[in-house]
Amino acid sequence: MTGYATEELLACVLARLLGDAVHVAVGAASPIPATACTLLRAKTGHRPRISLLHRRRGNPFTEGSRELFDLAGQGRIDVFFLGGAQIDGEANINLVGTGEHRSPEHRFPGSFGSAFMYFAAKRTILFREEHSPRVLVPKVDFVSAPGWSPPGVWRRGGPQALLTACALFAWDQERRRFRLESVHPGHTVDEIRAATGFEFECPAQVPVTAEPAAGELALLRGPVAREIGANYPGFARRVWGEPALTA
Amino acid sequence: MAADPTLPANETAEFAGADAIAGAIPDGALVALPPDYSLPAMEVVRALVRRKARRLKLLGVPVLGLCADLLIGAGCVAEVETSAVSLGEAGLAPRFTEAVERGEIAVRDATCPMVHGALQAAEKGVPFMALRGVLGSDLVRHRPDWKVIQNPLAEGEDPIVVAPALSPDVALFHARWADRAGNVWVGRRRELATIAHAARRCFVTFEALREGDMLEDELLAPGVVSSVYVTGVAQAPRGAWPLGVVDEYPIDDTHLALYAKAARSREGFERYLEEFVLSGARCA
Repeated sequence: MTGYATEELLACVLARLLGDAVHVAVGAASPIPATACTLLRAKTGHRPRISLLHRRRGNPFTEGSRELFDLAGQGRIDVFFLGGAQIDGEANINLVGTGEHRSPEHRFPGSFGSAFMYFAAKRTILFREEHSPRVLVPKVDFVSAPGWSPPGVWRRGGPQALLTACALFAWDQERRRFRLESVHPGHTVDEIRAATGFEFECPAQVPVTAEPAAGELALLRGPVAREIGANYPGFARRVWGEPALTA
Repeated sequence: MAADPTLPANETAEFAGADAIAGAIPDGALVALPPDYSLPAMEVVRALVRRKARRLKLLGVPVLGLCADLLIGAGCVAEVETSAVSLGEAGLAPRFTEAVERGEIAVRDATCPMVHGALQAAEKGVPFMALRGVLGSDLVRHRPDWKVIQNPLAEGEDPIVVAPALSPDVALFHARWADRAGNVWVGRRRELATIAHAARRCFVTFEALREGDMLEDELLAPGVVSSVYVTGVAQAPRGAWPLGVVDEYPIDDTHLALYAKAARSREGFERYLEEFVLSGARCA
């Protein structure tokens, strides 16, 4: 038993990946990425600017939801987050379904803005909690958005990393492959290998993902919990409990 | 097929209520709907279920949620064009998911900025809108109406995707206020202005009547959709419930969770319809 929730560990890892980002956009149903941005802002006191698409009150857009995409098209978004019902070893993502497109075996919600944002944001962090051969596949059944583009095709940015509840992969743009960067506490490289359906670079020594620091946990359970609770009440209640949201 | 670029200038009609608006939306119409967070006209959606609307085509601007799931589950829908359908924090949209997996409805998969762009092309009366990205996505293979062209202004190779202008038959949404001139106030939810501008007919329910002409008020005017775009309005207090209207009432998360659970099965969905849609009872 550890002294923090997995969601807290993941938010801390994502906050580190955000690095020096000035403007981060968070799309639909992404409470952990939103938590990471809010944590980073609580740490720095001023950065990054967070454009949260589904902020219930005071959302940052006055031109409707198209403004997010217009901002990205202009190059004003440093980092975006994307998930995937399937993600493959070339960083292609599938948010549409498995099996034949017209008569799918499993239908998922749909591509959202991924087919544009993956190209237009300067960096994209891929995030999916489930780490299994069902999600991390050799080849996605449907490409909602491709992980890379051939020369001659306009593309401002692409994948930076892939984070799951078990491990962190970095994206190697030259080799168009993921490299195992660290394994979260309680997990092993062998376990990651068995649970990953695609081939990836695996160094001889793979470090353990750094745990949340005491200061990070204090911020998460204080101001961050209250702010996230306003937009993701179900998530915040599950991770931090009712008292943290009203304190 | 190119859309007819002629769109009407309206004189707004006042309807008796949500059911009267549902009666003015014909079977088979392409109906543009906002996402759950952007003032959906839920009372009209329930009225469409009650009047047994059929073969509707729904356009998600740019995504869909509860509105679409209810209409799909009730058998009102033949096709959806959207970037996604989901219930947000309440999870997958169960009736949509089952209907697609069973092949009961067709899906024209899109991506959010392309939906906005196609409507903006209709707003401007131009034949198409270009969008960066998207190349290499399987969306392009499944959308023969989207074309990949060479950027005519570039000197070197520069492929780019274009989508045809899109004029929905009907735009349908809820507003906080309407005035007697037929102007409606949607605040910052400007995607509603876009669909009102692009659609042939636009029906709006509203929370409350506001005295005076909102276009004469400098603070209100930027959030107004002018009556020139509005075909008909009807008052529907709490008309977005169980979704919300900022500063009036929040999203009813408890009810959304109840719906998401009930609609997992066909029987549960039918019971939900009986209790909250067909009988007209509401726990608002």
